[in-house]
Amino acid sequence: MLTIPPPDVLVQGILSGILMGFVYALIAAGLSLIFGLMEIVNFAHGEFLMLAMYTTFWAYALFGLDPLVSVPLSAGVLFLVGWLTYRGIIRRILGGPMLAQIFATFGLAIFLRAGAQFLWTPDFRQVTRAWVQGPVRMLGVSVGLPQAVASVACLVAFGALYWFITRTETGVALEATAQDRQAAELMGINTERMFALGWGIGAACVGIAGAFLANFFYVFPHVGSLFALIAYVTVALGGFGSIPGSLVAGVIIGVIEVLGGLLIAPAFKYVAVFVLYLVVVLLRPQGLFGKF
Amino acid sequence: MLRVQDLEVTYGDFQVLWGVSLEVHPGEVVCLLGPNGAGKSTIINAVSGLVRPLAGRVEFCGERIDGLPTHEIVTRGVSHVLERRRVFPYLTVEKNLLLGSYQDRARPRREESLAWVFSLFPILRERRHQLAQSLSGGEQQMLAIGRGLMSRPKFLMIDEPFLGLSPLVVTEILKIITQINAAGVSVLFIEQNVQLALGISHRGYVLESGRMVVSGSAKEVLESDVVRKVYLGI
Repeated sequence: MLTIPPPDVLVQGILSGILMGFVYALIAAGLSLIFGLMEIVNFAHGEFLMLAMYTTFWAYALFGLDPLVSVPLSAGVLFLVGWLTYRGIIRRILGGPMLAQIFATFGLAIFLRAGAQFLWTPDFRQVTRAWVQGPVRMLGVSVGLPQAVASVACLVAFGALYWFITRTETGVALEATAQDRQAAELMGINTERMFALGWGIGAACVGIAGAFLANFFYVFPHVGSLFALIAYVTVALGGFGSIPGSLVAGVIIGVIEVLGGLLIAPAFKYVAVFVLYLVVVLLRPQGLFGKF
Repeated sequence: MLRVQDLEVTYGDFQVLWGVSLEVHPGEVVCLLGPNGAGKSTIINAVSGLVRPLAGRVEFCGERIDGLPTHEIVTRGVSHVLERRRVFPYLTVEKNLLLGSYQDRARPRREESLAWVFSLFPILRERRHQLAQSLSGGEQQMLAIGRGLMSRPKFLMIDEPFLGLSPLVVTEILKIITQINAAGVSVLFIEQNVQLALGISHRGYVLESGRMVVSGSAKEVLESDVVRKVYLGI
């Protein structure tokens, strides 16, 4: 039942798993940031990613902007989407019952998905003539250049996010708000603005990831659900609210996904990921780096 | 400095404060006494805006502050050290302190304030790179007070500063409160031990079931019938 692939295939698989892992890590970091800040799971995170990919696709289709050029645009648009989601929806349900908090973002997800299907049809779209395409040789094996670019860019963005949270005044204020909202407010921190900022940054993370994914992934209304599922597993494995945890977990999941595909069968690659998720939930529910 | 007038606060259907008034004058140390559940914390939470009063008014330095958001109230020179310290557990001692001077008014004096806080609490300098959660209860209380001073407040409110601390630490914090006051900061603090609290206070208030039952100078409060009977058992 297990098929052992030749070593070079294995190396190539693991390398592309790690590369994809950095992308997963950035998506999960956005989710984790929002959860850590206010203990609300953003069930529309995948749909945010879908919006980022459409933003990139339409910038390409309508204005001829290459996905690499529209990264800041996609990040900016998604920051706004996150900010408005907080101001328009989340703020109103903060004191509400838990079910209201769950269904608010779940409802938003369905709304966005259906809205995208209505406006842009269920067609699979693609950026056809991107600047970066084709394979590139790394460590003696060949990987897709768009994947490699996305991976490095997401790792850089992840580093920038981590630097922002731990080294800047605003980032530390964000962290303080996450740890104790009342105490933060007593420091003179406008915690309301921190929440909105956290949603903005969390969404901007998928804004960046989405722009690079559009380089080599089909864009369609349901594209977010797969990445969102993986992001939830990543966050659960890394620990809810832990930004470094999502990096480690992202890479682990990227590699497991590929190994699952290589060792069992391509159709089963996500089985390995979700089995890992079940094991984590059973043995270490707080995740690798979780505080809860 | 602080004037609270006819304050009424409810939590849902339950009224916890019934027309409470209280004043703190410049340069004073004032203690707020009373049993558990009397509403002591609710008064200072209403002053710092963490709780919205149903009726009454709160004035600070002659300006009405009730209804303002907490982060704006604290920039006017009010500092509030919460019950059970509430330091940021996963941040270092130093980051906790620097957050105390987050507001624009306090930021330019940050280095100077940090030196002052370290001179009051030398142990915090030694522990500056440790996570706040790794400190002992007494050290966390010092950190909480130090963090409250980093904004260079005119007025400091401390909710139960001695809760769960050893007698040695209590003595040290009593001394520090007197020092802070000598540096020109007015202090209002909550405590249940009447003699301990009145020992360092100019004036005191006793709250019972949401109503102010005794107020006056430390001596007057100590000699009042209520305090003698209920708290001292004389």
